[in-house]
Amino acid sequence: MGYTLHFGVVWASFDRLLSGLALGLGLGLAAVAIGAVIGLAAGFASVGPSPFWRRAAGLYVTVFRNLPILVIVLVVYFGLPQWGIRLDKVESFVASLAVYAGAYLTEVFRAGLLAVPKGVIEAGRAIGLTRLQTNAYVVAPIMVRNALPALGTTFISLFKDSSIAAVIAIPELTFEARKINVESFRVIETWTVVSLLYVSTCLSIAALLRALERRFPKF
Amino acid sequence: MDYFLHELWISRFALAEGFLRTIEISALSITLGTLAGLLIGIALTYGRLPLRLVSRAYVDIIRGTPVLVLVLACFYMPSVFRVSLEALTAGVLALTLFCAAHMAEILRGALAAIPPGQTEAARSIGLTFPKILAYVLLPQALRAILPTWINTGAELVKASTLVSIIGVGELLLKTQEIVGRNFLTLDFYLVAGLLYLIVNYSIERLGKTIERRVTQP
Repeated sequence: MGYTLHFGVVWASFDRLLSGLALGLGLGLAAVAIGAVIGLAAGFASVGPSPFWRRAAGLYVTVFRNLPILVIVLVVYFGLPQWGIRLDKVESFVASLAVYAGAYLTEVFRAGLLAVPKGVIEAGRAIGLTRLQTNAYVVAPIMVRNALPALGTTFISLFKDSSIAAVIAIPELTFEARKINVESFRVIETWTVVSLLYVSTCLSIAALLRALERRFPKF
Repeated sequence: MDYFLHELWISRFALAEGFLRTIEISALSITLGTLAGLLIGIALTYGRLPLRLVSRAYVDIIRGTPVLVLVLACFYMPSVFRVSLEALTAGVLALTLFCAAHMAEILRGALAAIPPGQTEAARSIGLTFPKILAYVLLPQALRAILPTWINTGAELVKASTLVSIIGVGELLLKTQEIVGRNFLTLDFYLVAGLLYLIVNYSIERLGKTIERRVTQP
């Protein structure tokens, strides 16, 4: 078993790991932002009056929640060019992650919408707001606050899913780690450090979100 | 279209083999992961402080690490200690670790939700702790986590695609091999996607049905 740990190689390329981590966070953030827009639209549609849009939203959620993210990434990056849709690596990954996130966020926002008390909506209508105004100024703020914890969980899991970008050679944390492994064969050290980086980032985001939730008390 | 159907027919055995491998990997890791997860979950809730800390660290580290990193780590790390794991073993190991951490956390939540009065009542009629666990706590907790547990199955089927990266010939890797031969990229990825969709949708429906049955009024 004469193996001595030697973290020097990892520290020497630590800045690469950190820039990979930042890229991963950026990918997750971009995906959650676009996904939230999709999720808001589909969430409102899924509780809306039109049966067609309700069905469409339901279908979207079922399909994208049940597909492995890796399959979505490969379809978008390698498959779509066949239909003339060419995206570069980062664009295609963000797009894949965003539609995947959108499906989860639709459910999140749907639950948040259903939890908005009816009386509040009626009150909004009673003071003369239009349907759209009620949704925008009354329902949405309460719903977003209701959805905040689940939104945060989704962001954390998207940040972890950003590791899959390594498969299409986007230089995020996992990709950099594999490169360091190939250069140095220090697998134990690298994976330990990388794993701890992921864990500590996830825990920090979770702590940040808890603080945010305390800052905005629940309706 | 004819060309696609022809190619699909040629590759039917490869797809079937990959599909079965995917099911095998998922079933194995959910079985092992659930067993381990239940033990860790009990340790997490009722263990003595050192045990609780160790299991908490395990759960947080595994849940905070992406599955892809787990898969790669399980594949590459043992070789340093002259233990060579086959890709399949490493993949199942990674997914088992992942599943166990999730199960432990889910079980902890369910156990914590049982009112403490029940444990007190059980103790006052003279049950020992293992008996309380077996006859009072676990039956209720397991019933409560059943729907979530089934959804974990779908998560594992999705996560099993990641072992294609270390070269396990499951559905996605088989699909990639087929695509490499005939260049029908979109078509065959969509076929694979459809298969995953069917499996996971069935699991989801099953979960919903069972949820309706076990939900206590």
